[in-house]
Amino acid sequence: MADNHKSLLLILARELASNVATPMFVVDVHGVLVFYNEAAETLLGQSFAVTGPIGPDQWGGTMFQPEDLDGRPITVNDLPLVDTMRERRPEHARFRITGLDGVKRTIEATSFPLFAHVDDLAGAVSVFWEEDQ
Amino acid sequence: MRARVWGCRGSLPAPASDTVRYGGNTSCVELGVDKDIVLVFDAGSGIRLLGRDLAARGSLEIHVLLTHLHLDHLQGLAFFQPFWSDDVELHIWGPPSPTFSLAERVAAYVSPPLFPVHLSDVPSRPVFHDVPDEPWMIGSALVAGYPVVHQGPTMGYRVTAHQRTLAYIPDHEPSLGVDLGQLEPDWISGYRVAEGADVLLHDAQYSSEEYRTHVGWGHSSIDHAVTFAVAAQVDRLVMFHHDPAHTDTELESLRDEAQALWVGRHPPVLAAEGMELRLGPEGVAIDSPSSAEPSQPVPLSD
Repeated sequence: MADNHKSLLLILARELASNVATPMFVVDVHGVLVFYNEAAETLLGQSFAVTGPIGPDQWGGTMFQPEDLDGRPITVNDLPLVDTMRERRPEHARFRITGLDGVKRTIEATSFPLFAHVDDLAGAVSVFWEEDQ
Repeated sequence: MRARVWGCRGSLPAPASDTVRYGGNTSCVELGVDKDIVLVFDAGSGIRLLGRDLAARGSLEIHVLLTHLHLDHLQGLAFFQPFWSDDVELHIWGPPSPTFSLAERVAAYVSPPLFPVHLSDVPSRPVFHDVPDEPWMIGSALVAGYPVVHQGPTMGYRVTAHQRTLAYIPDHEPSLGVDLGQLEPDWISGYRVAEGADVLLHDAQYSSEEYRTHVGWGHSSIDHAVTFAVAAQVDRLVMFHHDPAHTDTELESLRDEAQALWVGRHPPVLAAEGMELRLGPEGVAIDSPSSAEPSQPVPLSD
């Protein structure tokens, strides 16, 4: 049997993300970005079919070049989604990213953990809003 | 490994003159791997007759594997003869829940006002287990249970013994919100339950037209069941969880639809009460009761 089967919570999160118009990220328990939806593709400038799964160092670092509202770079560990995975709690933040299309955008992001049982972390979801919209 | 279907109706028992060929009892499948150990998938109304049979056989160790706790999968438990015996070893496995234990959730049914006797007074003193995250052994059978898309915590089970695998997913809506035919396998609900199984008993409750008005109810249409089984590279699909409103003739029409969609060697068959499945080194054989599948005998083959 293959060993990369996704947990049911990730499957359900992807189904939800696939059907909503709000940009959403889904990461697995290792922080790997395993899916983002079409709305996020617009925001990030590239389709998930092209990028495929992306590790946290890449999506949290060089890929989208996150920075605070004063233009200072944000390290991967200070991103709300990484905070959510580390602290296992919801987080919210405003910051800027540079999409893969080269466009800089100010976004708000809310992330929350996915627990399969009481203490069984399966991953997390992050929902984004572009501030100008 | 030998399996016998004691109930394959979904939602509600449906005894009637036009459901005789496939049966009206709700989900229950017996699985025999070792001489003195019996595995039972679900405790629908079909488990009543199984209980009578097991009492006559004198089975001592019984493991009931509940997929979930909807009534059509639980309603027979209190009418299962070994449940009332103090000389059996009865284990009940079911999906974990973040709120109540499995025993507490089963007790909601086996207690007043829904039932006259409290679970704590049942002579068999069943031992309740949350299905573990990893596969485990029951006798010489390797059993795995994984959550699948339905309403509420629901498992699909995969049992492997003697190099044969049987998968059981009676309530499942893997197509909810997605195009099942376009999805990568590891993103398909239930895939790891069914992957490469010799036999899959799978939800096939609705016609495609009926499904359109039942999206989100937790069940599959015929085409979803076939697409899922093909994606999981299942050798044989046994259509399960028949809608209580479907007559024998209507079920056979749905079976014909499924067979037209099928691309594998062995066309799908309808589960029927009394159906026996034998999985061994020489292959798989499915014996339907004489009243069912009159034109579709499935010979022993590998």
